[in-house]
Amino acid sequence: MAFLEEQVDIVVVGAGHAGVEAALVSAKRGHKTLLFTLSPDSISMMACNPNIGGSSKGHLVRELDALGGMMGKVCDQSFLQSRMLNQSKGPAVHSLRAQADKQVYSQNMRHLVENQENLHIRQGEIVSLLCNEEKTEIRGVVSSTGARYYAKAVLICTGVYLNARCIYGEVSEETGPNGLRRATKLSQALLDLGFRLQRFKTGTPARVDRRSLDFSKMEVQKGDVPVVPFSFSTDPDTVQIPQEDCYLTYTCEEGHEMIRENIDRSPMYNGVIQGTGPRYCPSIEDKVMKFPEKNRHQIFVEPEGRYTNEMYLSGLSSSLPEDVQMRILRTMAGFEKAEMVRCGYAIEYDCLNSLELENTLETKKISGLYFAGQMNGSSGYEEAAVQGFMAGINAVQKIEEKEPFVLDRSEAYIGVLIDDLVTKENKEPYRMMTSRAEYRLLLRQDNADLRLREKGYALGMVSEEEIKATREKQEAILKELRRMENTYIGANAENNRILENIPSSPIQSGISLRELCKRPECNYQNIAPLDPERPSLSPFIQEEVEIEIKYEGYIKRQIQQVEAFKKMERKKLPKDICYHDIHNLRLEARQKLDMIRPENMGMASRISGVSPADLSVLLVYLEKEKERRKEEK
Amino acid sequence: MENTISGIATALVESGIGIIRISGNQAVEIAGKILRTKGGRPLDIRESHRIRYGFVFDGEKEIDEVLVSTFLAPKSFTGEDTVEINCHGGILLMQKVFQATLKAGARPAEPGEFSKRAFLNGRIDLSQAEAVADLIAAKSEDSIRSSLSLLQGSLKEKIKRMRSRILEDTAFIEAALDDPEHISLEGFSEQCQGHVEEILSDIQELLKHQREGRLLKEGIQTVIVGKPNAGKSSLLNCLVKADKAIVSNIPGTTRDTVEEDIRIGSLSLHLIDTAGIRETEDIVEEIGVNRAKEGIEKADCVLLVLDGSLPLEEEDRKILALLEGKKAVVLLNKMDKESILQKEELEKLSGFPVLPISAKEGRGMEELGQKLEELFYTGSLSFSTETYIHSERQIAALEEAKSALELVLEGIRLELSEDFLSIDLMGAYSALGRILGEDVSEDLINEIFAKFCMGK
Repeated sequence: MAFLEEQVDIVVVGAGHAGVEAALVSAKRGHKTLLFTLSPDSISMMACNPNIGGSSKGHLVRELDALGGMMGKVCDQSFLQSRMLNQSKGPAVHSLRAQADKQVYSQNMRHLVENQENLHIRQGEIVSLLCNEEKTEIRGVVSSTGARYYAKAVLICTGVYLNARCIYGEVSEETGPNGLRRATKLSQALLDLGFRLQRFKTGTPARVDRRSLDFSKMEVQKGDVPVVPFSFSTDPDTVQIPQEDCYLTYTCEEGHEMIRENIDRSPMYNGVIQGTGPRYCPSIEDKVMKFPEKNRHQIFVEPEGRYTNEMYLSGLSSSLPEDVQMRILRTMAGFEKAEMVRCGYAIEYDCLNSLELENTLETKKISGLYFAGQMNGSSGYEEAAVQGFMAGINAVQKIEEKEPFVLDRSEAYIGVLIDDLVTKENKEPYRMMTSRAEYRLLLRQDNADLRLREKGYALGMVSEEEIKATREKQEAILKELRRMENTYIGANAENNRILENIPSSPIQSGISLRELCKRPECNYQNIAPLDPERPSLSPFIQEEVEIEIKYEGYIKRQIQQVEAFKKMERKKLPKDICYHDIHNLRLEARQKLDMIRPENMGMASRISGVSPADLSVLLVYLEKEKERRKEEK
Repeated sequence: MENTISGIATALVESGIGIIRISGNQAVEIAGKILRTKGGRPLDIRESHRIRYGFVFDGEKEIDEVLVSTFLAPKSFTGEDTVEINCHGGILLMQKVFQATLKAGARPAEPGEFSKRAFLNGRIDLSQAEAVADLIAAKSEDSIRSSLSLLQGSLKEKIKRMRSRILEDTAFIEAALDDPEHISLEGFSEQCQGHVEEILSDIQELLKHQREGRLLKEGIQTVIVGKPNAGKSSLLNCLVKADKAIVSNIPGTTRDTVEEDIRIGSLSLHLIDTAGIRETEDIVEEIGVNRAKEGIEKADCVLLVLDGSLPLEEEDRKILALLEGKKAVVLLNKMDKESILQKEELEKLSGFPVLPISAKEGRGMEELGQKLEELFYTGSLSFSTETYIHSERQIAALEEAKSALELVLEGIRLELSEDFLSIDLMGAYSALGRILGEDVSEDLINEIFAKFCMGK
């Protein structure tokens, strides 16, 4: 029986990494928020790998933290090991990655959510959406028990649970991840509202009992000392904890042979799975079949938590039958007696075609309805979390009748991620990658606070104390840069002897510290002996100063590119534009533009099939319309 | 509008006057760089709506005597600062003046760009907007067609190969950055350096020898070969003289080199003599087969001059053999005398068109022009203004790719990490892509997934 249960401000469906960030934003901004989950025990569950961060994903976490999201802070309280990846590379690609204690992470986040004012958790399956008669505005949701919940905005963050199916070789089970209950009704409700859905696939590897492994046959992988925290607000002293080890082993020819022999039993190869899987996270059977020349593949053995013996096998994702997986496991060094706790599997699920979305993550069809996370065809905890935050903020801005909050590609990886989702046709789960960011020299993980904290503060998501710290840091960087520019060292014997030790060529006349630091062989640290007046600064400030000086040329070039980019982004395309009327556009361009309906010229330029000539035609058309409207008035 | 653009505003045909138009906020500055007064001082063109008299220079080389009009914003065709250079209407001259504006900092205009700017700046009224859009659409179609015809064959393949090599290296770097635990970049800089150096030298080669581009830009590299006394010098003189008669206003054509730019029919030829033809004819030239060989290798077109009044000698046959695979015309000189060599016989023997001429009396030059046009205006290649400017855009893109790759080498020299190299590699990749008119956005990601085994 249908009955009115409650009237709230915002309903969030799903309490995974996207849902919790969205709900926290909404509640913190003072809106009564109802967070639905199939099971409160699985709030912020890390269903697959035990990592947070990694190349480009670490950037997302830092950006989210700068804006006021919680993933970074909670990770700092829940990690087992932490490493800064790519440290031998340029600063733009340094990336923080933590091994999280999955249980502890989930528990800590649940604690936050449960204790957040205005935020209410409710167990239940949402089966349909309530709209106005024209189906243009959201009104609320209906649960499987018939309860109606009215809200001003609804956020769908259902992850991989819609019509999910897990496949283990010939066996398939109609469940969500880890055997959890799936949601079966919402897909149809969305289709009935006219949304396009797609079927994606992803997978997870087996988990093994650490007591059954012989670690002496593997390479040990230690965490960094000292640990750099994810959050700009975390006191670095609090994260210098004893860390857990990870291990590296390899698959071997014997195991590959087993895979080849049993490939007809793989659901990916025998046609049982129809969903599109990601190319970046291939199953071991994919890797063996696609790269036959490689006679071994790396497998990282990572702890799932401090209070469990389960170990995650990164690189061994598989949907082969259980017996084959078991046998392959035991061909690896150190795994001769391995005991499998959980079998690897592939999971197929319904998700939204993200071209249905505006860059605020609101749907184009129904006002007040937002989607975030894996439901949008992305993959990864971090990708989900940032979308949750952005959808949450935009829902709040909307019901408060404020300006939408959009980050563009020159401002954040978050902007790149969302722009890609809403302008490009994604044929597979979308993963963030550093190569997707055109301006990555500016979008570094080290300066995420300098880029985004003010924005987070303006949105009411960053505390006074936090913004004060960021402003002080900014000020200190500028001051030190000025000092380096204005401090000259003399061409005397003493200084030249120090230079010789670096070793760097001697100077003939006075040179500023800034110029000196630019020399390829010099850096902020090794010129310290020439700079006795140097103030004592935190390592984070020193890092910024050094990057600013050493990569000035590259940074300037990217800033110029960004200016050109911004020009295009500022040229808005009216929402009611009828592309089919612009007959000078090529047919393909007309169709694509009509389907995607970009916000501005910049977005239009990124749609495949829209040529520079089409853009010119569009520009002329826009101008003509503007004139026409002016004349009509 | 951030860029200053330049284009040939009149049709690229032989006519009395040709107009090169420069538009954008640096138009006056750019034009100023190439204009001088008769006395050799910089020409002051800052005042709007005035016509001045002066000379266009390419560096220190005088190109043409011109009239220059300046129209400052907003009172100009485009609504931006505009400088129009009225030069003599020879194809070659218009091209040279245009190129000088590019060297001075303008970029070649996109199809319909002047009209587009005019419209966007409110200089063309609403009723014409549709026409502007049509123009852009039509001209870019034209441009794409001509780009395809310009790029037929080996050049296109070459650029594609360069691009795929750049992409491979970039994808390797990017894959390693995204998956540092599985893919190592150890020692990759050196490999990359080797690849980049190879590609750079290919690009340099292309820039030097871009056949079709050069065909349009500098004229057809034409070499005159033949035995001493066959009449090479007379032919050169005759061609130069004929040209002068038509375009009598080319100033400063220096007469003391062995190279001459001339126009015959609607073609521009860059004539090169194989044996110092400026030396007086009294001195017996000592032309060897080797010298001819060298010239022929470099040339787009060969004019073999034979003395029709003498029988074919061993040396002639040797030179004929060198013409294999070239575009060439055999000229039977001295048709005013009694002829021993027969046109038909010789055509059979050589496989090249044979034309009887008299260099001394200037006969047969018109026929030579027609023959050359037949040789060079084949297929879909049409030498419209758009085609020509398009080839300039391609050259600009090649130059851009070149400087991006030079930055890669610089980065390697400075031992910058690979993620910096990848930025400029992609710069070169997309510049080369513009030549082919290809979309780049998803290439890198696809390449990474196709070639590398990304873990998780």
